[in-house]
This record gives sequence, structure tokens and C-alpha cells, in this order.
Amino acid sequence: MASLKDLRNRISSVKSTQKITKAMQMVAAAKLRRAQDSAQAARPYAQKMAQVMANLANGIVAGPETPRLLTGTGKSDTVLLLVLSADRGLCGGFNTNIARLARERVAALIGEGKNVKIITVGKKGFDALKRLHRERIVSAMELKDAASPAALAARVGEEVRKLFDAGGFDVCELISSEFVSVISQKPKARTLIPAREAIDPDAPAPDLNGAIYEYEPDEEGILTALLPRYVDTVVLSALLENAAGEMGARMAAMDNATRNAGELIDKLNLQFNRTRQAKITTELTEIISGAEAV
Amino acid sequence: MADKLQFDLVSPEARVFSGAVDMVVVPGTEGDFGVLPDHAPFMATIRTGAIEVHSDGSVSRIFIHGGFAEVTPQGLTILAEETAELATLDAADIRAKLEAARLRAKDAGDDGEREQAEAEIAKLEAMQAAMELKH
Repeated sequence: MASLKDLRNRISSVKSTQKITKAMQMVAAAKLRRAQDSAQAARPYAQKMAQVMANLANGIVAGPETPRLLTGTGKSDTVLLLVLSADRGLCGGFNTNIARLARERVAALIGEGKNVKIITVGKKGFDALKRLHRERIVSAMELKDAASPAALAARVGEEVRKLFDAGGFDVCELISSEFVSVISQKPKARTLIPAREAIDPDAPAPDLNGAIYEYEPDEEGILTALLPRYVDTVVLSALLENAAGEMGARMAAMDNATRNAGELIDKLNLQFNRTRQAKITTELTEIISGAEAV
Repeated sequence: MADKLQFDLVSPEARVFSGAVDMVVVPGTEGDFGVLPDHAPFMATIRTGAIEVHSDGSVSRIFIHGGFAEVTPQGLTILAEETAELATLDAADIRAKLEAARLRAKDAGDDGEREQAEAEIAKLEAMQAAMELKH
């Protein structure tokens, strides 16, 4: 049986933990709003970019001049998985879910006899994958390495393109978390390169009233200039969505933790009172039996 | 002018400008071009520099870096990686940044770093040129 002092210590320790989780929840809630706002602000750019890319890609006839970022290498022997996760934990199953999907994809791709390479962005993704797939990870970045999500997206994009140009892989898949709602994030994988497969063929084309586009420089010139930027944009919106998801997950996790701590405190308080009463009763009995004996 | 041109300037961070204007002059990679209402569909990549937005007799200049312009019957959309209102920029600040970037380019340890610094220099120089044009 725990002594009264032990119980008192225990209660105060749980109480301070509860204070911390409560604070973390509130911080995450504030950050979530900001993350959602910036994800929202980036949306018009990404949408417009996707629209223009779809427009260009559908209009172009693939030839030897066509940038390979669009059409791919014609093979799919080596697959690069770009795994986006968070830098920090304590956000429920957020990182675990991303890592699990990544592991499943690796296993599936290896099962199909393909080579797999991995680039991780975010410390937790690297931590989760290094044990099983250390030799496949070609590069690991952390979110805090760059000053802003845009700068990070540009670095990630550059790294991916450099590897692609060097013939390092044929297909690139992006694994990140989809922001379904504040309390629900779903990890998903999608193709990033070749861009032709990534582009939504149903993206609405602008209504030109029968006119046709003029291009300056020509279509291929524009594609060459635009494709790298397109890759960056997709990475950036995935990063922003991830950031919002991380905060949402952390908020939910910390809300749970705060509630659990509250329950624990109630239980401990009950135990504390019982013990105190039992002690008083024992003392009383002792006094009474002592008095009777006299 | 009765007709107005719907003009949107979008950067990854935000929708910088959206509204009806009279004319926009855009620095294309193959030369500057002006877009008036009812321009033919057109798509062009952009050189780092300043766009001029003409609206009701006044002209505002916005610095843009990297991106492209698309003209549809609905209007003109410019996607730019970076934008800055020229009126809010500080010449001394740019000069200081330019200095720092040049120093970085000189001391760069590897090619990647140098390339980055040189890109920064080119951007800042364009920014400076755009500002001087105004004065």
C-alpha cells in the first residue's frame, strides 16, 4: 500500500504533466490555424500550376525533345520514395502512419522486383525507416534545416531533380499525409515523376472561346522552365498539408493526454482519501483499544 | 477605358493582387509585353524584373522573380515564386544583402553553394535595376 506521501507526490507529478499537455494542446491549436492558413494561401498557386501543366501536357506530343521529367525514362526499374514526415513526435499516430505506409510501399515494390531508394524529409520519418532500410535512404533532411517551407520545398525539389538527371531513379513517389480534417489525417502515396502520370487529366481547361494558345518561348521551352517549378510546388503543398496535419494530430493527441491525466488525478485523489481515512480509523481504533485496556 | 482586364498575381505564399486593371506590362523572357483587355490566349515565361500595373491613370510596379504569365479570355494570371511591392523595398537593405551574397559567392565551399549565391546576386541586381528605373 502506497503511503500518503507517495500518493501526494504522484498526484502533483500527474498534475504538472497535465499542465504540460494542456499547454502543448493549446500551442498546437494556435499553430494549426496558422498552418491551415498558409496551406490555404498556397492553394491558388498550386491549382493554377496544375491547370497549366495539364493544359500543356495534354497539348504536347511526346518526342525526343520532350523533357524527361514529364514523360519519364520509359522504365520503372528504380523507384524513389520521397517520404515527408514531421520533425517531432508526440502527435499521435501521425508519423507512425506515414512510416507504415512507406514500409508497405517498399515491401510491395521490392516484391515486384524493383529497386527502391528513399529520401526522407522530417526527422521522425528517418528515425522510423533507418532500422529496416538504412541502406536505401539516399538522403535525409529535416524540416528545421530550411528557413521556410518554400525554401525547403525548393531544396527537396532540387535534390530529387539532381538525382533524376543523374539517372538515379525512374519513378518518384511522394508519401505524405493528407489533411482530411483536424482530427483525421490519412497517409497517401502519389506519383511525382513522371509528371505526366501525376497530372490530373480531368483538370478543367480554361475556356478559350475557340482560340488557341500562343507560347513564348515554344511549348517545350515553357515546359522545361515550368516542370522543375511544378515539382517544387507539389512538394510545397504536400509539406504545408503535412504541417497542418501534424498540428491537428498533436492537438488531438494532447487533448486525449490531458483528459487521461484528469482521470488519473481523480482516481489517485480517491485512493489518497481512502488511505487517509483508513489511517485515521486505525489510529482511532488503537486509541480506543488502548483506553479500554487501562 | 470601358473595358478592364482581370489581373491576378499569385505567389506560393498568397494571392498578391487580384482586381480589374487597364493594362499590365510584363517582362517576358523574350521581351516585355503589355497585356490589354481582350488579349489573345498567350503563355510566356517571365524574366526577373518588375511588372507595371496601369490602373486608372496610376502605375504601380511590383517586383517578381521566377514564374510565368498566362492570358486567357478571363484575364491575365501571373504565377511568381517571389513578389515584392517596389515601393516598400529599401535600397540600402538590398545593397547590404547584395554585399552579403557576393561575399558568400566568393567564400562558397562547393559548387552548389556558389550557384545559390550567384542566383541570389542575379535576383538582387535585377531588383536594384528595377528600383533605379523608377527614380
